[in-house]
Amino acid sequence: MTQYAILIFEREAEGGQTAELPPEIIAAHEALPGRIVEKGGKELGGIALEPSATATTIRGDLVTDGPFIETKEALAGVFVIEARDLDHAIELAALTPIVSGGVEVRPLVGLDFSGLTS
Amino acid sequence: MLAATVRVTRDLDAAEEAVQDAYVQALTRWGRDGVPARPGAWLTTVARRTALNNLRRQRTLRAKLPLLLMDVDDSASVEAAVLDDAAPIPDDRLRLIFTCCHPALSQEAQVALTLRLVCGVSTPDIAHAFLVTEPTMAARITRAKKKIAAARIPYVVPAAADLPARVDAVLTVIHLLYATGHTAHSGENLVRDELTGRALDLARMLRPLLPSEPETAGLLALLLVHQARRATRTDADGRLLRLEEQDRSVWDAALIEDADRLVVGALRAGPPGRFTLQAAIAALHAQAPGYAETDWPQILTLYDELLRRWPSPVVALNRAVAVSMVDGPAAALAEVLELEEDGRLAGYRYLPATKADLLTRLGRHAEAAAAYRAALALSDNAAEQEFLQDRLSRTLPP
Repeated sequence: MTQYAILIFEREAEGGQTAELPPEIIAAHEALPGRIVEKGGKELGGIALEPSATATTIRGDLVTDGPFIETKEALAGVFVIEARDLDHAIELAALTPIVSGGVEVRPLVGLDFSGLTS
Repeated sequence: MLAATVRVTRDLDAAEEAVQDAYVQALTRWGRDGVPARPGAWLTTVARRTALNNLRRQRTLRAKLPLLLMDVDDSASVEAAVLDDAAPIPDDRLRLIFTCCHPALSQEAQVALTLRLVCGVSTPDIAHAFLVTEPTMAARITRAKKKIAAARIPYVVPAAADLPARVDAVLTVIHLLYATGHTAHSGENLVRDELTGRALDLARMLRPLLPSEPETAGLLALLLVHQARRATRTDADGRLLRLEEQDRSVWDAALIEDADRLVVGALRAGPPGRFTLQAAIAALHAQAPGYAETDWPQILTLYDELLRRWPSPVVALNRAVAVSMVDGPAAALAEVLELEEDGRLAGYRYLPATKADLLTRLGRHAEAAAAYRAALALSDNAAEQEFLQDRLSRTLPP
């Protein structure tokens, strides 16, 4: 099994505010770990972020208001899963409830030298 | 051979190394003992054995590093695979091509990897075919291999539910290979034949391996029709010829017949996909006694269906040509102008070229000349430029 980070990007309202999440999205998030297990994977944990308007950026000595990269869809949360391979990880990541945006799948750096598949 | 060896190593670089090693061993052994009865099988067996030995050596090393966990189940299956010499090698090639054409890789990486790993074309040759420097191509291939390893793109034939979409990605790569060879810059005939030949080999290989996917027959049929007409694409001086100017008696009737049989079979298999529809259109053209005598209404119907299945502005542009033959150039021009407005084909040289052709047919020569000039500015292919220049000169008063 390989570990992947699922990065959730959601569209933010003007000024980096996030609207309240609809209840069905919250319910789907609560059900997500169970659905991932049903499909043969595992959720190892995750974090949810306050909207990007609350972010502070530090470049060298300069401290500024706002996120490091300003985008229409901002990083809203990250969770880590275990999956057999990229196809499996994509299948699991596609279960993520999304309002208006998408997810990015990234393998975690691991000490694994077995090559193409597990 | 590489495909069979990857299954042992699960690592493309290790497999390539083992295959090269096998060739080196063959040089000394065959020189001494003579060439074996089945040289290909001999090489594959040696490459897999070398790969397995290397793998065992690595495992011993890994066992000494307590932090690194070894996947025990996997080692058992790898040994089973290598000991089972009757393992179907075609499946390995199929796995390899699905890995190379995985949608998580960029399309240019998919094409390069397929040529390098499935067809065994050398990196300098691939660089030459795609007009990039050798280090650029080498870096592209290395990056793709690193992603396959780091993101763990699996070495498997996709599940049935995903198969049609994944087959489409593979067929797209093969079609792109053929198209690159087909429109290679002038004076690059060697590259051209190499690429089109590889693409045809791949399409032929894929069909029996994926009998449940009619689109594999569609793609092969499409390439066969292109191939049947390749001799008349240009004249003796290398100038491009329009379909209506081509000498149809030179077309390879046997290939066209093969293509037609494949199209009929694919159409019977269910709702046709985009490659089958394109092949059906190409086959209709190929079987017509002349340009004017072509079954244009039928071609337009096929384009309508193709546009429904594959709503691409390029398809819409090609459909406009069929419209001009059924409803006249004015109706077609209206559709081309709409496409121009839409903007998605900005920079696509066939749009102004098609527009210019329709304007010429409508007798609007000054506007046609402007459109030919716009097409010329967008073309980087010598044969095409000459063709457009010739068309342009005909729009001007003598």
